[in-house]
Amino acid sequence: MDRFRMIFQYFQSNSESVMNGICGLLALASVKMYTSFDFSCPCLPQYNMAYGLGIMFVPPVILFLCGLILNRQSLMMLEEWRRPQGRRKKDLAVIRYMCSSIMQRAMVAPVVWIIVTLLDGKCLICAFSGSMDPEKFVGFANVSTAQQLLAKVPCKDDELMMNNTSRKAVSRYLRCWSQALGWSILLILIIAAFLARWLRPCFNQATLLQARHWSNYIDIEQKIFEETCCEHSRLFAHKCILHFFESMRQEIKLHSCSLPGEGEGAAGEEHFLWGITDQDQVNKLLKTWYYEKPPLDVS
Amino acid sequence: MDKFRMIFQFFQSNQESFMNGICGIMALASTQMYSAFDFNCPCLPRYNLAYGLGILLVPPFILFLLGFVLNNNISMLAEEWRRPQGQRGKDPAVLRYMFCSMAQRAMIAPAVWVSVTLLDGKCITCAFCTSVPVETLGNASHPHLSQGEIQRVLARIPCKEIYNGEQLIANEVAIRYLRCISQALGWCFVLLMTTLAFLVRSLRPCFSQAAFLKSRYWSHYIDIERKLFDETCAEHARSFAKVCIQQFFEGMSTDLVAARCHLPRKAPADAEEAAKKLLGITDRGTMNMALKSWHRCKPPLHLHPPALPTGNGWAGEGQPPMQPSAPRRETAAYYSWV
Repeated sequence: MDRFRMIFQYFQSNSESVMNGICGLLALASVKMYTSFDFSCPCLPQYNMAYGLGIMFVPPVILFLCGLILNRQSLMMLEEWRRPQGRRKKDLAVIRYMCSSIMQRAMVAPVVWIIVTLLDGKCLICAFSGSMDPEKFVGFANVSTAQQLLAKVPCKDDELMMNNTSRKAVSRYLRCWSQALGWSILLILIIAAFLARWLRPCFNQATLLQARHWSNYIDIEQKIFEETCCEHSRLFAHKCILHFFESMRQEIKLHSCSLPGEGEGAAGEEHFLWGITDQDQVNKLLKTWYYEKPPLDVS
Repeated sequence: MDKFRMIFQFFQSNQESFMNGICGIMALASTQMYSAFDFNCPCLPRYNLAYGLGILLVPPFILFLLGFVLNNNISMLAEEWRRPQGQRGKDPAVLRYMFCSMAQRAMIAPAVWVSVTLLDGKCITCAFCTSVPVETLGNASHPHLSQGEIQRVLARIPCKEIYNGEQLIANEVAIRYLRCISQALGWCFVLLMTTLAFLVRSLRPCFSQAAFLKSRYWSHYIDIERKLFDETCAEHARSFAKVCIQQFFEGMSTDLVAARCHLPRKAPADAEEAAKKLLGITDRGTMNMALKSWHRCKPPLHLHPPALPTGNGWAGEGQPPMQPSAPRRETAAYYSWV
């Protein structure tokens, strides 16, 4: 009983901490992905915006989907949602609770990516350098190919852009905006999270406790069902094999006219021999196991 | 029994986590392989495409096959697929489940290789540098260059040291363009794979959950049954070997006694244990003969029933009265939810 209780507590605490751990790992993975990704702005007028905004928004979608896939609870929520009612009513509050907790965890890594991208600034510089007003910058004002030049601002090594002070001005301007945006988003999100956590007990606390309890219950029930099925299949297999060996022993006894001299020999080894005492009998046993597996019936 | 249960549960849960671990290790190995691989574009018109696409597509295929090879369950699947029906019907759903779960795990390392290759950009740059749109990016009106010459010049784009077409199209511009396309393709590929994985995982509970539970149970059952059978055979082999060797030594000592016409005294009770373990061999010459006989003429794989008690008292101790072996009763309790 004690062992079961320990196992229950382990599963209970472990499910949430496993999910939090995965969430944290994904956030770290998103930072690592950003730093190892070789950002390479095309510096062409039509392509800059698509590339910059693509790098800012496509990986977050991927990270969000990964967060949903790696979270075991999302599968459980879907099963609970789609199961036939049967004899157990469905509680929508539980499903809503599970959905919101899954979404919250899955949103962490995408938000981390977006914030890191904005704080770094390269994406926004690449995407919006072509949309700048050339008149504001000395080096680009009254130049016929201003658009082309502005598009090349993100590429420091371009021959036209090297040592161009106006390029640095545009770059600084855009980076400033990018970082301001990044910090503002971070501040808003943290305030929202803070308010949500502090104000939650003021609304529907009882319903929340119930929903959390029943969602944990569903999780534990699922795990125990799988464990019980494992144990059952182990015992089933054990019985099946015992029956098989027993039937082999009967067959051998029928076929061979051996003396009934199969008493307790050699220190109880007889128990493991199953009356199979020579090479041909062993070969026959192995062949029968392959060609004619016993039926799945241990009654 | 408890110990067995714990070990089996460990294997059961561990088999899946073991497989997931191998999957993760292979994904890491594929990124490591890519970074250790020294990419070397040939910079010749027709060879570039072959080399670039080869590096993009051949290693994933190898990694996919490796994923199957490293998976222990492949032999289980093959055995279940090819066995004769006998008394036990075959369920194609179980085979499909086993194959799908193995294929899904084996797909991860190749997908990682393709993503890393596309996001890095070298392969696509090498493969498609001859298709760069010179009209929009460069100077298409450059005179005195035939189509073949242009192709040759463009093919050298990845090799900056030997590139001589700055008037045609700047090297940096071409490489940035190709890398942008490559990275866009890479991210789209990753998005596609992730979306597919998400759909596969989330649509299953909506459609075939009961069938899925059934297939999963029986595929685990097949695995456990195979392991238990191997264990039982191993136990049998151990007992077989023990009895065989014991009978060999008994045979030897019977021969010795017959040869020497030496009636051993009945040993006192406390030394009987030690005498039993000596198996009738009490001097160097006899031991050497036993060893030589074991090497030259191993006993047949046939255990004879223990001999009836004889006068000299050597062929085993006093036999218990012969009983017919009672049928063994198993009283393991098990849940019958399935």
